Amino acid sequence: MTVEIPDSDAIKQAVKNAFSKHGTTVDELIPVLNDINRALGYLPAQALQEVSTTLRVPKSQLFSVASFYQMLSTKPRGKHVIQFCESAPCHVVGGREVWDAVCDHLKIEDGQTTPDGMWTLLTVSCLGVCGVGPVMVVDDDMYGNVTPAQVPEILARYS
Amino acid sequence: MKYYRSHVLVCVDPECLRKGAHDVVDALQDELVATGLIDEVQVLETSRIGACADGPEMMVYPEGIHYAGMTVDDIPYLVEEHFLKGRVAKKFQLTQKAEAVSELGAPTAKEVRVVLRNSGKIDPENIEDYIAEDGYSALAKVLTSMTPEEVIEEVLASGLRGRGGAGFPTAKKWSFCRASEATPKYVLCNADEGDPGAFMNRQVLESDPHAVIEGMTIAAYAIGSSQGYIYCRAEYPIAVRTLRIAIQQARNFGLLGKNIMGTDFSFDLEVRMGAGAFVCGEETALMASIEGKRGEPTPRPPFPAVKGLFGKPSNVNNVETYAVVPQIINKGAAWYASMGTEKSKGTKTFALAGDLKHTGLIEVPFGITLREIIYDIGGGIKNDKAFKAVQTGGPMGGCLPAEYLDLPMDYEALAKAGSIMGSGGLVVMSEDSCMVDIARFFMEFTQDESCGKCVPCRVGTRRILDILERICAGEGRDGDIETLQQLCNEIRTTSLCGLGQGAPNPVASTLEHFLDEYKAHIYEKKCPAKVCKALIRYEIIDGPCTGCTVCARNCPVNAISGERRMTHHIDPDICIRCGICMQVCNFNAIEIN
Repeated sequence: MTVEIPDSDAIKQAVKNAFSKHGTTVDELIPVLNDINRALGYLPAQALQEVSTTLRVPKSQLFSVASFYQMLSTKPRGKHVIQFCESAPCHVVGGREVWDAVCDHLKIEDGQTTPDGMWTLLTVSCLGVCGVGPVMVVDDDMYGNVTPAQVPEILARYS
Repeated sequence: MKYYRSHVLVCVDPECLRKGAHDVVDALQDELVATGLIDEVQVLETSRIGACADGPEMMVYPEGIHYAGMTVDDIPYLVEEHFLKGRVAKKFQLTQKAEAVSELGAPTAKEVRVVLRNSGKIDPENIEDYIAEDGYSALAKVLTSMTPEEVIEEVLASGLRGRGGAGFPTAKKWSFCRASEATPKYVLCNADEGDPGAFMNRQVLESDPHAVIEGMTIAAYAIGSSQGYIYCRAEYPIAVRTLRIAIQQARNFGLLGKNIMGTDFSFDLEVRMGAGAFVCGEETALMASIEGKRGEPTPRPPFPAVKGLFGKPSNVNNVETYAVVPQIINKGAAWYASMGTEKSKGTKTFALAGDLKHTGLIEVPFGITLREIIYDIGGGIKNDKAFKAVQTGGPMGGCLPAEYLDLPMDYEALAKAGSIMGSGGLVVMSEDSCMVDIARFFMEFTQDESCGKCVPCRVGTRRILDILERICAGEGRDGDIETLQQLCNEIRTTSLCGLGQGAPNPVASTLEHFLDEYKAHIYEKKCPAKVCKALIRYEIIDGPCTGCTVCARNCPVNAISGERRMTHHIDPDICIRCGICMQVCNFNAIEIN
């Protein structure tokens, strides 16, 4: 897998930005980790180390939080992240067929990243836009009423 | 407030944004400046006008003309026609389609808009719009003419019950928290709406955030709190943004912060975001998450009213609960209690999803029947198929069959039927749904979202899922049904929080109402709804098949053989049951057995 690993300075900067936005109290831990995860795509070990030092929280506790929430990742993710809604309202309106089409197209399964580091595929629970299911989110773009035939065309918009 | 002759509301929901709603707003502003109408016509960003399917969408008031599907290039034409010449630009006027998918359309005859009264009508990013609709007048009334006890008394008389699902009387919760001696006290809003298919809280937060803020402030006054948190799930970035803007505006107007409206009462609010964990909607897990910990539930008692956030007395209510409080104060408890049934007062929002003609959000008085909701409001089942089941209350709710269509919707009636009110999700399933597959599907969800802290939920849901997967794969065994029933009982009675206690409901209710389908899967190796792939076979019928070869050419695994102009044949050992042959066949010559 050739996912780009952020360099040390980029990590330091991301941690610094998160703390200056949310402050350095423990109850801001989740917003802080969320911001770092957004900036870097995941939470590198070095970032957790820096957060641990600043907040004076043991790394074990940080890891317990980082590994609990679905939006936080301790492993690198691809350049583009696909979040696919696997909830019932999307399921009953053809979500499974769309999911199969995405897996087929990218040749990966849930939680995997393509070998070229382009795509990470994740299932998520309800995104709350059930009126237009099946729904998938690529990075920050939401696609509703998706059909299997549209999948290649949607993914082709990203490079 | 400035006077405008016309207001243009442009929908900026995710779907419309994707279709360029912001560009349309910019173009509209530019064109209004260019034509000198900018002082006469106000452009507002709002949420959810219609279906968003033909976005961008806009609504022009006072005429109430609904436009959709225009691009930036169409704006000069639209402005000239509508605002200069005063003619409706028919080209873009949205006419009601027979099967429009709308999340929140115009209310039908059986609907009552209370919680959703401002939805799509006001600009959620402008506090003045809310104030113009009597916003914050309830807070003023409370702060200037009511004691905290009187507020609790009024809410008690209204019969308002928690809209998060359990239906606990709101006023009782408040009085418990008020009675706790420790300080400070916290007011928390549970906006971690994670139930698949439920999006009423998102709608309220995105379209009428000040109603929630005002409701929370009134609650804070009633219980004696000066700090509140809104815990919103990270999947709702627009709701979070709207809330933050609303909170800042309320502070600027002196409606949040120190000495609200010049009184001694002070209260401030913060938004906290989740990070994608369903269980954080459970109140003790929610508080752990706000504290920056793993969102795992803790045993109750102690209840949050005694020992909650940071170990202090806390009051947790749902978005919808808070949002309705200002109206109860303004219009009186008797008005609210006049709607609904004896024990469930007022209105409830439901999110209709699944195989319905009209899906989306509705708000109805309690006591309405499922039949009225599904057929009168939802328009009936898609493609006029037969109704099979409705799953109420989200992933921990039960599936109810057709016998329950005349069930009045209230907390007690649903509980008696073996389901729950939950947050108000309604997933309607047609005859094409396999109930074993649906049960498996819900177990997959709860198994995945189990936080893993207590054994019955963590291991038990896994065991149920294993068995259901086996049954769907055609490997069901004698005794599976009994094992499932036993597991359901044990998980329900021994799990720590509502997630585990409710997790077996979809399985238990389908076992009760659709036992024959389980038996068909296990003993006859048949899936009556023809969904479970391992139990179905695609076959080509002799008569209609013309031997056109289109199925054979499209089969991804070359399972179809046959001479041109002769009946073809599918080899069941090679066939992967993808169904492509059935989709491409022009003669309906393929059937599932």
